Amino acid sequence: MAKEKGKDKKITWAEVKRQKFLLLWSAVFVVYGAIFYYIPLGGWIMAFQNYKPAKGFLGSDFVGMDKFKFLFADNTFLQVIRNTFAMGILNLVTTFVMAILFAILLNEMKSMGGKKVVQTISYLPHFLSWIIVTGILHDALSGTGIVNELLMKFGLIKQNINFFAKPGYFWPIVAFANVWKETGWNAIIYLAAITAIDPSLYEAAAIDGAGRWAKIRHITLPGIRPTIMILLLINIGNVLNAGFEVQYLLGNGLVQSVSQTIDIYILKWGISQFDYSIGTAAGIFKSAVSIALVIIANYVAKKTGEDKLF
Amino acid sequence: MKQSKGDKIFHICLGIFMFLFVVITLYPVLNTVAISFNNGLDAVKGGIHLLPRKFTVENYQKVLQKQSLVQGALVTVARTIIGTLTSLAANALLAFIVSRKRFLFKRGMSLFWVITMYVNGGMIPIFLLFKTLGLTNSFWVYIIPGMVSAFNMLVLRTYMEGIPDSLEESAQLDGAGYFTIFAKIISPLCLPVYATVALFVAVGQWNSWFDAMLYNRMSEQYTTLQYELMKLLSTVMNQTGSVDSAKNAASSVTPVSIRSAATIVTMLPIVCLYPFLQRYFVTGLTIGGVKE
Repeated sequence: MAKEKGKDKKITWAEVKRQKFLLLWSAVFVVYGAIFYYIPLGGWIMAFQNYKPAKGFLGSDFVGMDKFKFLFADNTFLQVIRNTFAMGILNLVTTFVMAILFAILLNEMKSMGGKKVVQTISYLPHFLSWIIVTGILHDALSGTGIVNELLMKFGLIKQNINFFAKPGYFWPIVAFANVWKETGWNAIIYLAAITAIDPSLYEAAAIDGAGRWAKIRHITLPGIRPTIMILLLINIGNVLNAGFEVQYLLGNGLVQSVSQTIDIYILKWGISQFDYSIGTAAGIFKSAVSIALVIIANYVAKKTGEDKLF
Repeated sequence: MKQSKGDKIFHICLGIFMFLFVVITLYPVLNTVAISFNNGLDAVKGGIHLLPRKFTVENYQKVLQKQSLVQGALVTVARTIIGTLTSLAANALLAFIVSRKRFLFKRGMSLFWVITMYVNGGMIPIFLLFKTLGLTNSFWVYIIPGMVSAFNMLVLRTYMEGIPDSLEESAQLDGAGYFTIFAKIISPLCLPVYATVALFVAVGQWNSWFDAMLYNRMSEQYTTLQYELMKLLSTVMNQTGSVDSAKNAASSVTPVSIRSAATIVTMLPIVCLYPFLQRYFVTGLTIGGVKE
């Protein structure tokens, strides 16, 4: 980006006139961006107020950090933080491992036709909405579903398991849902990275007598390491965002102690109970943690000499 | 070649793994197809796998008769078409602006948008903003707020930066303005990446449901297919072990069977299209994945 440093950066009238089209549309985009992305930040003031819609931002009483104090005294909120982190990290780890494993194994397939077919099928779930995915998952795990049927057939259980009634199953189900939906899609980038590895490395290794596992360990994995790191960096900032749709759709009263996430908490307080101040405060907490995570991840990456995001 | 035996075993295991992968991916979808073509009351007994036991198209007839689903489908088609076109145009133009080497605010504009990827006001302030702007209970909430996406813009920008400057310079010598350069020179070269971004946006539009629930819950005329499907899903979930409730129903259509049919209708367009668009999303992801 710093290539054009040598060019004159002095703003001349002629240049402005020449760039009229760019400048005009930039102004439009800045206004648009300000409205939809920057003005909502001003709404954060509600977290420090006892915000009443009738009184507005100016008329509502300021209460300092009271709303945050309320949040951290609320056991449900603490539970919700735990759930969000636990599921976010569990999902991150399982989807990463599965995507990398799948990409490496797919790359080992000899039959080009078979590879193509498997890969095409593997993308399918990514294109289905969470509504559809949770729906068919619900069917598969229901009393008459395939999972209970198979477990019965192999004699592993004597009675149907009601998967959605026991809190212990909830996190694994959510992780599985994410793996099922995104493994093939996430593998795309790793496959592209594997293809970019110099084939002569494998030939040289083969001459040295390296077997399949040695090649995967010493060539393929180091080869895709930069890709893994950069995706990890991007996704760490998103850990807290990974907790909404599935949990909202699959959660129910019996498992809500483990299923509720920060976003669901915000939705309940803010939209259903009209307590905008609590909802906003919880949202600020989430944003702050997300940004902190990105900065920490970026710092660690810099220290360890990996690529960094910015 | 001394490893050939181990090799053979490896490839057999690999074959089994891939086969299981395909089965686990496809089975739930095919099972839903089978249930959607099966008599609803009969399906409650379970035991349906890949083929319907009592074949019927009644479920699909019911789905097509359901006014809310038809309305949802119309809105979904509209938001997908309008949303994709406007979003593509906006992102392409913005990417064009920030990829011009001589543009005076090149860095500033990029930064302005990259920040939006990391910081946002959160659900409540955004909700209040939309309410103030009159975007709640309105079709345009599906189109306007999400029109520019920093991620898609960056994918487009990266691609545009790969186009040689000489094309732009020679056009300028011929007296072409920036609009002409955008419309007649850069855009035709960007068709592959335009297809990629259009695909991303279209899939997002087709599949989104939360905006319909949050902003247009009170306006049935702006319901979407996915949101209607979600309502059907909650009916199913709230009456698990539904043999009793099914017995009470007058027709042989149950919530499960009608939901299965609606699911298939909803996924059909995307499932039919995506295999032919593979190369577009593969390139798009590889561009987007390595950049910022």
